[in-house]
Amino acid sequence: MSAAEPAKEPTIRARGVHKHFGARHAVRALDLDVPQGVCFGLLGPNGAGKTTALRMVYGVTRPTAGTVEVFGIDVARSPRKVRARLGVTLQDNVQIEALSPRDNLKIFARHHLLTGTARERRVEELLDFLELRSHADVPVVALSGGYRRRLAIAMSLIHDPELLVLDEPTTGLDPAVRLALWARVRELRARGRTVLLTTHYMDEAERLCDRVLILCEGRAICEGAPRALIAERLAREALELDCTPEEEARWLADESWKRLRSGRRLVVYGDSVAPLVARLRAQDGGDGRPLVVRPANLEDVFLAATGTSLGGDA
Amino acid sequence: MSVSMPHALSVWWRNASMYRRTWKANLLPNFFEPVFYLAGIGIGVGAYIQEMGGTSYARFLAPGLVCVAAMNGASFEATYNVFVRLTWEKTYDAMLTTPVEPDDVLLGELLWALTRACIYGGAFFLVLMAFGLAPLPIALAALPAIPLAGLLFSAIGIAFTLRVTKIDFLSFYFTLFLTPLFLFSDVFFPIDERLSGGWLWVAEALPLVHPVRFARSAFAGQFGWQMLWDVAYVLVVSTLLLAFARRTIRRRLTA
Repeated sequence: MSAAEPAKEPTIRARGVHKHFGARHAVRALDLDVPQGVCFGLLGPNGAGKTTALRMVYGVTRPTAGTVEVFGIDVARSPRKVRARLGVTLQDNVQIEALSPRDNLKIFARHHLLTGTARERRVEELLDFLELRSHADVPVVALSGGYRRRLAIAMSLIHDPELLVLDEPTTGLDPAVRLALWARVRELRARGRTVLLTTHYMDEAERLCDRVLILCEGRAICEGAPRALIAERLAREALELDCTPEEEARWLADESWKRLRSGRRLVVYGDSVAPLVARLRAQDGGDGRPLVVRPANLEDVFLAATGTSLGGDA
Repeated sequence: MSVSMPHALSVWWRNASMYRRTWKANLLPNFFEPVFYLAGIGIGVGAYIQEMGGTSYARFLAPGLVCVAAMNGASFEATYNVFVRLTWEKTYDAMLTTPVEPDDVLLGELLWALTRACIYGGAFFLVLMAFGLAPLPIALAALPAIPLAGLLFSAIGIAFTLRVTKIDFLSFYFTLFLTPLFLFSDVFFPIDERLSGGWLWVAEALPLVHPVRFARSAFAGQFGWQMLWDVAYVLVVSTLLLAFARRTIRRRLTA
């Protein structure tokens, strides 16, 4: 950005946001800035507060304390105004099963007060954009999970929103459909739309998101670009092996390798773990135990920060 | 938070779009119930009853059953269908990702339940006309009883449904609330001839009594202040229940 160029207002700005449900603290002291035109990921295990945070962004859940502004508008004061400019894909596909995708889109368009030729044109655009045309007039009940998910995303795009909120958009989908949906999300971002998504899939977050924020028990643990987070908090490579704590102490004594242990599983991080692999092979007495060398990823970052598996239910 | 009529109408339109596909399965059971009562009790039992309320028994039953048809139409929509959309299908959660607000959902559902009441009540009225049981043109003055019953039972049904967490509770609503109303609200016998003293006050509190009495007065061409009281009762009770429902739906949808 040049010095003369004014800083863009973030599309989403949250400050000091707390949400309690009775005694349960779902979100604690959350600060969030989602810049315009980026894909931003909220990551964390089940129960981390991701969906609650999303609901506060589109104004269905009110913060117990703090403020959430979207497009510079206080969501708690003017949820209708905010929701007129954003689209949301919920975790569950909420569609009228007896009707076709085309009819479902028309009905959703009505909720945005979109009628007449503008509505017809937008429906046709979305049938093409989400590759739904071949199934446009088939009752939803007869569609596969992949087509239903495409329809859910199409419904959230019916009014051409500036911000798209996706709550676990690809959970349960086969790899081909996931790739197709990722391509659509990238296309939207290229058109200048802001995307806020939650996901359990770390590969999805790494491949789609410009920035991510990891939540655990309602707290933001760390935030940044995925590769930068991995580089800052861990290293480029990870070496995984099964070993006892005694073996670990013997092999890695007096060395500053970053490492994580979960039961017998040990993960050691380094910018290059090849020398370590060679040393272990020399020291392990030729037992040939399996060693896995892979790039460090966001799941490692999460484990390092919390000691909790992303896949586990919190 | 305020109500927006265009957004409420979008909720109405959603339900109407779905109903256009399923009306045959939905319309027939609710519509035929009062028709069977008219045939079985009005014409069957009526053959053994000389007269009731100054007219034949079938003619006595007719205005009350118009209101029962409207009550059924509104009640099924405002209870089971609202419950399914609220709890199982999560329809309202999806609506609330758009500019639709909980108040719009409530108004849209009320208007739709009212619409169904008018469909059932209106269709039954046509049956009465076909059988010569609606004295024309004076019976046309009874038509407002259909939306009155629809409004009242939509409001009662929605207010109740928003408070329950299990669909099983709705069967209590039908068996312990609507069925006694159906039997003891001036539909099958004139309550003012059978009840006296404090029981008349109890009967006066029953919601179905008011639209039924309104329709019966109109069928008989006996227009009076009591009809205004019946309208006032429906409007006041509906308003109070909807205010209660508004608070509940806001709490349930925007926790």
